[in-house]
Amino acid sequence: MEIIRHIFSFFGHHREMFYFIVLSVFVGIEVIGGVPTVLHTPLMSGANAIHGVVIVGAIYVMLNVNPDNTLALILGFLAVLLGTLNVVGGFVVTDRMLEMFKKK
Amino acid sequence: MKTNLLEICYLIGSVTFILGLKMMGNAKTARKGNLIGAAGMIIAILGTIVLFQKKEDGIVDINYQVPALIYGLIAGAILLGTIIGWMTAKKVQMTKMPELVSMFNGMGGACAALIGLMEFHNNIGHTGASIAIVLSVIIGSISFSGSVIAFLKLNGTMGQPIRLPAYNILNTLVMISVFAFGGYIVYNHLDSNMILYALFGAAIIYGVLFTIPIGGADMPVVISLLNSFTGLAAAFGGFLYDNKVMLTGGILVGSAGTLLTLIMCKAMNRPLSNVIFGAFGGGASTAGPGSDAKGSIKDIGVADLAVLLNYSKKVVIVPGYGLAVAQAQHVIHELELLLEERGVEVKYAIHPVAGRMPGHMNVLLAESNVAYEKLVEMDDINPEFEQTDVVLVVGANDVVNPAAKTDPSSPIYGMPILEVNKAKNIIINKRSMSAGYAGIDNLLFYDPKASMFFGDAKKALTDLVAELKTM
Repeated sequence: MEIIRHIFSFFGHHREMFYFIVLSVFVGIEVIGGVPTVLHTPLMSGANAIHGVVIVGAIYVMLNVNPDNTLALILGFLAVLLGTLNVVGGFVVTDRMLEMFKKK
Repeated sequence: MKTNLLEICYLIGSVTFILGLKMMGNAKTARKGNLIGAAGMIIAILGTIVLFQKKEDGIVDINYQVPALIYGLIAGAILLGTIIGWMTAKKVQMTKMPELVSMFNGMGGACAALIGLMEFHNNIGHTGASIAIVLSVIIGSISFSGSVIAFLKLNGTMGQPIRLPAYNILNTLVMISVFAFGGYIVYNHLDSNMILYALFGAAIIYGVLFTIPIGGADMPVVISLLNSFTGLAAAFGGFLYDNKVMLTGGILVGSAGTLLTLIMCKAMNRPLSNVIFGAFGGGASTAGPGSDAKGSIKDIGVADLAVLLNYSKKVVIVPGYGLAVAQAQHVIHELELLLEERGVEVKYAIHPVAGRMPGHMNVLLAESNVAYEKLVEMDDINPEFEQTDVVLVVGANDVVNPAAKTDPSSPIYGMPILEVNKAKNIIINKRSMSAGYAGIDNLLFYDPKASMFFGDAKKALTDLVAELKTM
């Protein structure tokens, strides 16, 4: 029972966030609707770059790490590195694809 | 002050993501949209580093200084990641695009899982935070290992789908156990890194099991699905830190990615459940009914084909992945220009799933300067085939297979196809008689109007162009 109470109180505390999530879901659906097939691959790639925002979390954890905790430093370094790969690689490759659609 | 400024940075980031994605839905604004998203990302990242304030129990500790070592490690990781990511993305061939997207996606998933692993210990006893952490570890790991397998499959390293006995039941059981294990950790407030690493390992194994049985034509759908998984994992991270930019970015990609996955499934006329649980691309389907009534195959030489094309009024080219593999997109454009010069109307018929991802073929042809207007989508080109003199199928197979319309036992039955068999002449360029990406036989080759033009697409088309020039 206690866990359910926990979850309920969690929901209460984060009410706005749940609204935020629901609205974001609709924005995501709305934004993609009606996209021509031609653009599906660049769009998937662009979306792929955007979820690289997870790097913000990695940097945040890293800034909070106790410098004596070597394992955490290594994991954090890896997380920031992987996140950067996702962001930079994602945006650059999308740009390369879209470069080809420019009007002649 | 700093906190508010950071929130503004995150707001700008969120708006640029939405705007960027929206602009990417239109060919004219797409490139700018991508750059706007990238700019927002840079603002969010820089803001996080520069405006950081340590919080103890929600209260800002003004005196806390982040050690130089940590700044150094962050800068080093970003620098290294930028160099590697930039070089890889710039160097990769356009044909290898799907693999690369899959790989970058896996990196994001792994990043989310690592964050979860590191934050777990700090949040024991907070049920909500623990749920977010456990889910971000599970989903991030699935996305990571699944993407790596998808990469290996597209790469050709892993060929045939691997199906363990009763893999559907096995996979479902493993999935339920992974989530149940996660629930158990949260419920009992377990504080053991070993247990969390065990969960991490189990989720990695599930990601592998999830992806290995899926083969052939379904890989793009899987990548798109894993893409939305990573979005979800990022969103759980945002939930954990009450970080709005991670939430918007993650959920946006989660929902948009799921919709994109469903759109792709619709283009292939297969429900998503079929992609994940259904057997496809196996060997058993080659001998369906009607295979005995095949008839014979004709082939055509380069000289005859040149004459045929030269005296046609209208030619439609159907490009497929074989064209991309052979790097023949430039020579096909040369052929197109040559024929246009002689007064032949040339168009390209683009099936929604031509290539390995929806729109992949458009990217490849655009790379070789084929005009955007020449690429005609399936629904618009299908009524035109009756007035077409020659259809030239280059390296495409499943998207022109009439079995999708006529043979209910075929695994691609129901998939909309390019109705090339309505054209007066059908020329099919193929390296050999082997089956297509989906691993099934094609009755089109036995059509009385069809002729095979054997050879590697690049070489065969180069010969054809040379032959046409002499005429």
